[in-house]
Amino acid sequence: MTGVLLTLAAVAAVLSLQAVGGANALIPELQRQALLRGWASPPEFAALFALAQAAPGPNMLVVTLLGQRAAGVVGALVATLAFVLPSSVLTFVVAGVWERFRTAPWRQRVQAGLTPVTVGLVMAAAVLLCRASAGNLRMLLVIAVSAAALLATKLHPLWLLGLGAALGAAGLLR
Amino acid sequence: MPPPEPAPPSLPRLFGSFFAVGMMGFGGVLPLARRMIVERQRWLTAAEFTDLLALCQFLPGPNIANLSVALGRRFHGPAGAFAALAGLLGGPVAVVLVLGAVFDRFAAVPAVADGLAGMAAAASGLVLATALRIAAPLRRRPVGVAVAAVAFGAIALLRLPLLPVLLALVPAAILSARPER
Repeated sequence: MTGVLLTLAAVAAVLSLQAVGGANALIPELQRQALLRGWASPPEFAALFALAQAAPGPNMLVVTLLGQRAAGVVGALVATLAFVLPSSVLTFVVAGVWERFRTAPWRQRVQAGLTPVTVGLVMAAAVLLCRASAGNLRMLLVIAVSAAALLATKLHPLWLLGLGAALGAAGLLR
Repeated sequence: MPPPEPAPPSLPRLFGSFFAVGMMGFGGVLPLARRMIVERQRWLTAAEFTDLLALCQFLPGPNIANLSVALGRRFHGPAGAFAALAGLLGGPVAVVLVLGAVFDRFAAVPAVADGLAGMAAAASGLVLATALRIAAPLRRRPVGVAVAAVAFGAIALLRLPLLPVLLALVPAAILSARPER
């Protein structure tokens, strides 16, 4: 048990500082670690990710759910804390000196360089999640409709999650 | 017409306000946080908020968590940062734990498993939409497209671990970047 908790804490803490441009960029690595350590298969990971999306709050709660799967409630709390602490401490420290380099040319250059990296990682996250969750053509249709609806309408994402869940529960996606 | 608030918020107020933001935000907490911080509580001006957000997007980690830390720090140092972050995460973590336990308990029921699979497909579609949305501004920047393509290929196709990919790619991406505007 202690071993699992230490592993969870180490994985989450190291990931925290790799979240370039936000938590979505981490999805591929989280999925890879979950498979590697036997916490969740890719389809199970996609389901956990969906649950985390259906809950309120920041879009990092899949880390909490992975911790719960690996080691119960204690695992969930350890994973969550280990995930938010390093980036929070870094923010705390940098916020104090931010004024000094906020407008520095290198700062803007770093940001301009990081943006395409984030784009590639989030695109990878999308493709890996789609591959894991598209069990058949009808599932693929659900993916396409929910992506198109989010881009083209002002529909709240929760409605789309609910629609997917309802279609699935009714047995229409098998 | 609420008067502008000159005094910094108390610790319980910080905790409570971020608790509300965390519990009300679905699929994107930042717009809610902005409304709370700039319009309702008037803790920051719009310009100050934009500046603080730039810091939080510059640094790694969930942007909204970074924002709560930076804002809490501004008013009350470490205690403020802790109160704001704990407020933001406390409610959602509890909710997601209950959801996780419920689905674990009923995972063997076919309708539950199928429902979750359908929801997973919808959630994947939402991430796909997000990816397309942030990729669109890159269109006219060939170097940026190349960097994004390398990141995508290394992670999605070759399934390489993230850390070595970042260590190799980020310096190259920064060196090849031209600041925007």
